[in-house]
Amino acid sequence: MWEYSDKVREHFFNPRNSGPLKDANGIGDVGSIQCGDALRLMLKVNGQTEVIEDAHFQTFGCGSAIASSSALTEIIKGMTLDQALEVSNQNIADYLDGLPPEKMHCSVMGREALQAAIANYRGEEWSDDHEEGALICKCFAVDAVKIADVVTANHLNTVEEVTFYTKAGGGCTACHEGIEEILAGIKAERAGPGEVSPPLVSPVPAAPAAPVSAPTAAVGTPTPSRLTLVQKIRKIEEVLESVRPMLQRDHGDVELADVQGKTIYVTLKGACSGCMMEVATLGGIQQKMIETLGELVKVLPVSHMPVEA
Amino acid sequence: MEAIYLDNNATTRCDPAVVEAMLPFFTEHFGNASSIHAFGSQVGKALKKARGQVQALLGAEHDSEIIFTSCGTESDATAILSALRAQPERNTVITTVVEHPAVLTLCDWLEKEGYVVHRLRVDRKGRLDMDEYRSLLNDRVAIVSAMWANNETGTLFPVLEMAAMAAARGIMFHTDAVQAVGKIPIDLKNTKIDMLSLSGHKLHAPKGIGALYLRRGCRFRPLLRGGHQERGRRAGTENSASIVALGKACELASEHMDEENTTVMGLRDRLEKGILSRIGHCFPTGDVSNRLPNTSNIAFEYIEGEAILLLLNRLGIAGSSGSACTSGSLEPSHVMRAMGIPYTAAHGTIRFSLSRYNTDTEVDRVIEVVPGIIAQLRKLSPYWTDDGPAANPEAAFTPTYA
Repeated sequence: MWEYSDKVREHFFNPRNSGPLKDANGIGDVGSIQCGDALRLMLKVNGQTEVIEDAHFQTFGCGSAIASSSALTEIIKGMTLDQALEVSNQNIADYLDGLPPEKMHCSVMGREALQAAIANYRGEEWSDDHEEGALICKCFAVDAVKIADVVTANHLNTVEEVTFYTKAGGGCTACHEGIEEILAGIKAERAGPGEVSPPLVSPVPAAPAAPVSAPTAAVGTPTPSRLTLVQKIRKIEEVLESVRPMLQRDHGDVELADVQGKTIYVTLKGACSGCMMEVATLGGIQQKMIETLGELVKVLPVSHMPVEA
Repeated sequence: MEAIYLDNNATTRCDPAVVEAMLPFFTEHFGNASSIHAFGSQVGKALKKARGQVQALLGAEHDSEIIFTSCGTESDATAILSALRAQPERNTVITTVVEHPAVLTLCDWLEKEGYVVHRLRVDRKGRLDMDEYRSLLNDRVAIVSAMWANNETGTLFPVLEMAAMAAARGIMFHTDAVQAVGKIPIDLKNTKIDMLSLSGHKLHAPKGIGALYLRRGCRFRPLLRGGHQERGRRAGTENSASIVALGKACELASEHMDEENTTVMGLRDRLEKGILSRIGHCFPTGDVSNRLPNTSNIAFEYIEGEAILLLLNRLGIAGSSGSACTSGSLEPSHVMRAMGIPYTAAHGTIRFSLSRYNTDTEVDRVIEVVPGIIAQLRKLSPYWTDDGPAANPEAAFTPTYA
């Protein structure tokens, strides 16, 4: 059985605002019956103030789909439409004290239902702009379609590059075979008949540019400006500051231990220390470091620091 | 409230007599069967006895036809890879679309490696088309691998007939019988089956032990090479405690075979009838007239399986669902899709699989609570109105694909 938080269980066992809503004036139907998750969100919006006075849902889906729908209705009631449009899928997941990576798409579906319902109220046409594939990387919840898109857009050739651009494969590494298969498939397509295929191992790009939210924009790699060691450490501290609240929320913390060349050693503290997600946490921090510093760096736990002779 | 375990096709509880039989092999009988001294020879004798017990349950002609392995998956992989390696001139595998992943995933990989794989389709009741099967038997086929009983629906394949057809064309036949062994009588010496996989934990032995039946004379190439254990056909020090346990479990399965096909089957039938008569818009899947005595798989329309399981679990009832709702393009169970069950029903399939440990009282309790759970979830479903499915469910709710 999935590791659901108490909050998810509670919202599943006692869903709020379920069932049809009379006088709904904004309705969003999203999901895929094929994938076993579909949601109808019904809003009653005040015509003058654009405040969502009531919200109901009907959901065909698993425990977390029902809990996410329930949470969504609770979150948006009382909001104006503009406020509601700011609600992200992460907000929904956070409201439920987190969702397992395999179930994050349930929160995405909630957000999409919201967009669809508001578009419906406003008389606009809403179309889904993302496609979801089979989950490849469980540590960072990255699916096959996303990996393929990023590989194609950025002409990636190696698993390592895929990890730099998407995080996929940066945690437990069990999905590397899956990533290799995607790479091989795209390479075969790219080569096409009569064309010469690029070499299997291409040099790693000087700096991966990839803000994960907009991978396709990351074609050009920015030239890293040279930083002095002090500037570099300041930036490293900034990154650690930015992730600290997230770690502290899970009763953990992180501290910089040392910087040796391109390797940054950190100490994970509190609940982070020895956590099974340690590798994923470090992978996430590393990704941020790479983005901020504009160069390839490694983030390792202090236990990996070479002992001085 | 006592928990009610109706997920015996997933795994079973160890019979107390099985546990009792294996325990001494962790303590006083810790020896290595290969050793000359007394510590080893005692273990050697126990392994021989266990081999005989497995032989008896399977109706094998010789006890040396039993090779102990670590699990059903290992047995399946050993059988299929052996057939391909022993017959390099043959490059084709015939299997079915509804096999367990232990076979299907292996076949997917073999295909990538350049082998040819034919997957026999099934009809709406999960039955094979024997004419299609016959048409595919040719000199390039190294092995046919078809499950004896389907793990999700319990539907039985005509493996005896299929094995005979393969043998007539000189083709090896393997059956993944992990669900069938211990539930239906098997008499391998009077069949043309060359190889059969079984798994201990499906018949009240512990996890981590399985066996491969290998007909004497069937050409074989080991998966694991090394020591001389299992006559060199499966190297690695014997898992003696678990082998003894599997032997005991097989002996008990023989003793309980009638009970399985009378009492357990009676409980299953009563459970299924009770649910079907109390709940609308649900139906049993698979070939209900030709299936395992312990399995009932029911599709509840317009709701999703995991949600049903969570509510059952809260009441202490354990079943399972073929629907694995996870990220992205994952479809409902490949078995349900292969039978053409519509999505609105395929996602809501629940498997109840019983064992000799289940009771009348438990069945009564499940029949009593399931209707409420189904009604509760249907109330949440966009395909459902007050007391029935929306007039035209497919049209009433047509979500944007997300």
